[in-house]
Amino acid sequence: MTPRRKRMVVIGLLVLGMGLATTLILRAFNQNLMYFYSTSDVVAGKAPTARDFRIGGLVVKGSLQRLPNSLTVHFVLSDLKKEVTVTYTGILPDLFREGQGIVANGQLGADGLFVAREVLAKHDENYMPPEVAASLKHQPDATLTR
Amino acid sequence: MIAELGLFLMSLALALALVQVVFPTVGLVTKQALWLGYARPAAQAQFACLLGAFLALVHAFLTNDFSLAYVAQNSNSALPWMYRMSAVWGAHEGSILLWATILAGWTFAVSLRVHRLPADVGAVVLAVMGAVSVAFLLFVLFTSNPFARGLPSPSDGADLNPLLQDPGLIIHPPMLYMGYVGFSVPFAFAVAALVCGRLTPGWARWARPWTLTAWTFLTVGIALGSWWAYYELGWGGWWFWDPVENASFMPWLMGTALIHSLSVTDKRGTFKSWTVLLAIGAFSLSLLGTFLVRSGVLTSVHAFATDPARGVFVLSILGVAVGGSLLLYAWRGPKVLSGGTYSTVSRETFLLANSLLLTVSTATILLGTLYPLLVDALGLGKISVGPPYFNLVFGLLMAPLAIALGLGQFSRWREDQLPRLWRGARYSAGAALIVGLVIGILVDGPQRLTAAAGLTLAGWILFTTAMGIRERLIGRASLSAALGALPRAFYGQCLAHTGFALAIIGVCLTTALSTEQHARMAPGDAVSLGAYEFRFETLNQFQGPNYQASEARFTVWHNGQQVDELHPQKRIYTVRNQPMTEAGISPGLSGDLYVSLGEPLDGQAWSVRVSFKAWVRLVWLGALLMAGGGVLALRDRRYQSATSAAASDAALAQG
Repeated sequence: MTPRRKRMVVIGLLVLGMGLATTLILRAFNQNLMYFYSTSDVVAGKAPTARDFRIGGLVVKGSLQRLPNSLTVHFVLSDLKKEVTVTYTGILPDLFREGQGIVANGQLGADGLFVAREVLAKHDENYMPPEVAASLKHQPDATLTR
Repeated sequence: MIAELGLFLMSLALALALVQVVFPTVGLVTKQALWLGYARPAAQAQFACLLGAFLALVHAFLTNDFSLAYVAQNSNSALPWMYRMSAVWGAHEGSILLWATILAGWTFAVSLRVHRLPADVGAVVLAVMGAVSVAFLLFVLFTSNPFARGLPSPSDGADLNPLLQDPGLIIHPPMLYMGYVGFSVPFAFAVAALVCGRLTPGWARWARPWTLTAWTFLTVGIALGSWWAYYELGWGGWWFWDPVENASFMPWLMGTALIHSLSVTDKRGTFKSWTVLLAIGAFSLSLLGTFLVRSGVLTSVHAFATDPARGVFVLSILGVAVGGSLLLYAWRGPKVLSGGTYSTVSRETFLLANSLLLTVSTATILLGTLYPLLVDALGLGKISVGPPYFNLVFGLLMAPLAIALGLGQFSRWREDQLPRLWRGARYSAGAALIVGLVIGILVDGPQRLTAAAGLTLAGWILFTTAMGIRERLIGRASLSAALGALPRAFYGQCLAHTGFALAIIGVCLTTALSTEQHARMAPGDAVSLGAYEFRFETLNQFQGPNYQASEARFTVWHNGQQVDELHPQKRIYTVRNQPMTEAGISPGLSGDLYVSLGEPLDGQAWSVRVSFKAWVRLVWLGALLMAGGGVLALRDRRYQSATSAAASDAALAQG
C-alpha cells in the first residue's frame, strides 16, 4: 500500500468508528431520557405507562400512610388541581415532609397508582424542585390540606 | 470597619487587575518594553489586596459579625470555629471571592517565574490572567458583594447548611478551585502563544508544571467530593452523575488529555494545535462549571445563586473567553502551528487516540448535562438524563482508552512496528484475560460482565505498566543504579496509571459486589447481610454544639463473633430545624460496613439502611495515587533548570 492509501484506510476506519460510536451514544441517550409530568398530566393520561418518568408535586398534608411492619408508604401528590397516589418502599429522604414539594422516579401502574423507585427531596426546607414550582405557578393562594 | 477595608481592598484589586491588562497591551501594540514590565508588580500587588480582602471576610466570620448579610445568612454563634472558617466559602458570595483570590494566587506564582519567559509572552500571560480577574472582580463587586451590610442586623445568624458542616467540606472547595482556576494558566499560555505568534516546545515545557499542578489539585478535589457524598449524604453513593459533579469532571477529563498532549509537544514538538485547543477547552469547561454551579440554572447543595443577573454575568464571561479564544485560534492558529511527523504506529498515535477518547467522553457528559437545560430553556418540557446513560457510554469509552493506554506505555516515539508491539503486549494481554476470566467465574449477579471486563482492562494497564518499567531496565548492569536513573516523571506516570487501574477495579467491584438492605428495626432486632449480621443494640439521645442527635449502637457479627461496632446518628440542626444523617461506617480495604438511620417509625423502631460496600476504598485510593503521580512528575528534573527549555528548543531546531 502506498502511504497515501494507508492514510485513507486509517481515516476511513476512524470515520466509521466515530459514526458507530455516535449512533450508539445517541441511542443510549434517547433510552435514558426521563420526562417530567405534573399530577394533572398524569390524571389526564398524558404520561406513559410502560416507561419510567418523573412525577412531582406537593405532598398533601395528612396523606402519608405507613403500612404496618414494613417500609412501604403511601402518600398523595398534588399540583393543587389533580392528585396522584404514590407508593414507595424504602427509606424516605431526610427532607421528606408533608406539605413539601418532592420529585419521584418510577412507573405508573394500570390502577393509576404511581410506584416510585426513588424519592427525591433534597437540600433545605425552603427548597422547591423547579419542576414542581413551574406546575404550581398559577394558583399560589390555594390551601393544601385535607 | 474591617469589612469596609475588605471592600476597599477588593476595589483596589480591580484597579490593579486593570493595570495588569491595559499596560502590557499598550506595550505590545506600541512595542515599548517598559510598559510590558508593569504587569508583574501589578499582579503581585493585586494578590496582596485580594488576600487582605479575603482575610477581612474570614475575620468577619470568626468574630460573628452578623451585621454583614452574608455572615448572618451562613453562620451562627453556636457554630464551631472550624466551620465558621469554612462558612466563608459555604455560599455564593464568599466562594466567588475565594475563586478570585485563588486566581490572584496563581497569577502571583506565575509572576515570580515570568522572567524565564520572553518579555512579550510573559506580559501577555499576565494580561490574560488579569482580564479573567477583572471579569470576576466586577462580578463580585456588582452582583455578589460579601461585605454588604444587612439592616437591621440580626442578633444571631441563620447557620451554615448542615450538609456543609463537615471536615471533608472544609478543604473540598479550595482544592477544587485550585484545580479549576489553575487551568487559567495553560489557557493564558495558549492565548499568549497565539498572540505572539510563537509556539515552541519550550512553551510546552513552561506550561507543563502549571497544568500538572492544577490537574493534581482537581483530582484531589473531586475525590474529596465523592468521599464526602459517600459518608455524608447517608445513602452510600459515591458518584451520581449529578450536573454539579459533571461540572467538575469535564474539566478534569480535558485536563487529563491536556497534560498528555503537552508532554508530546514538549518531547516531540508535535500536537501543537491540539494542545492549544485542549488548553482553551479545559479552562472553558472550568468556566462552564462555575456558570452551571453558580448561576442558579441548577438547583443543588452547591447552587446558591438565584439572582438571574448573576447567571447572565457568568454566561457573558464564558462567552467572551470561549468565543474570543476560539476566534484567536482560528485567526492565528495556522500561522504558529506546524511541527514534526510521526508514523501511524507510534506512541504519538496512541496518545492522540486517548486525547480524542477523553474529548469524546467529555462531549457525551456535556450532552447529558446541558441537553435538559437547553430543552427547559426552550420551553420544550422538563426532562432529565438518567445515570444509566452516563454509566453505559462512559464505560464503553473507557475500554478503548485503557487498551491504547497500555499500548502507549511501551511503544516507541515516532515509529514502531506492529510485530514488536505484539511481542511486548501478548503476555500482558494473556494475563489480563485470565484475570478477567477468573473474576467472571467468581463474581455472580447482573454485573458479572462489568466486573470481568473492568478487571481485564485494569489488569492490562497494570501488566503493561510493569512491562514498561522492565523495558527500561533490560540490559542494565546494576538494577539499583538503573532504577535511580529513571526520571521522576516516569515514576509519576507509572504511579498515576496504577491509580487509574485501581480506580477501575474499585468502580467495577463495588458495583458488582456491594449489597444493601432497607429494614425496619427496633433495639434488639437483627438483620443478616451476606455473611454479616447487624444487631441494633441501643438508642441514645445527646446534645451537640448546634444540634440534637439520636445515636444508635449497632454491633456486627461474623460467624458468631462480634467483629465491629457502629454508631450511626440522626441529627436535627436546631437553627434551621434540618435533619441530617451521619452514617456509621467501618472502613476496610475489601469493603466498608455501612449503617445509616432513616426515620423514626412507630414505637422504638427506625427505618435502617445496612450495606456492605465492597472495595469502595479503591475508588478514592486510585484517585489519590493519580494525584501522587502528578506530584512525583512535578519533582522531575526536567522542570528544575531555568535554561533547559531554551536549550531544548535549540536542540530540536538543529535536529
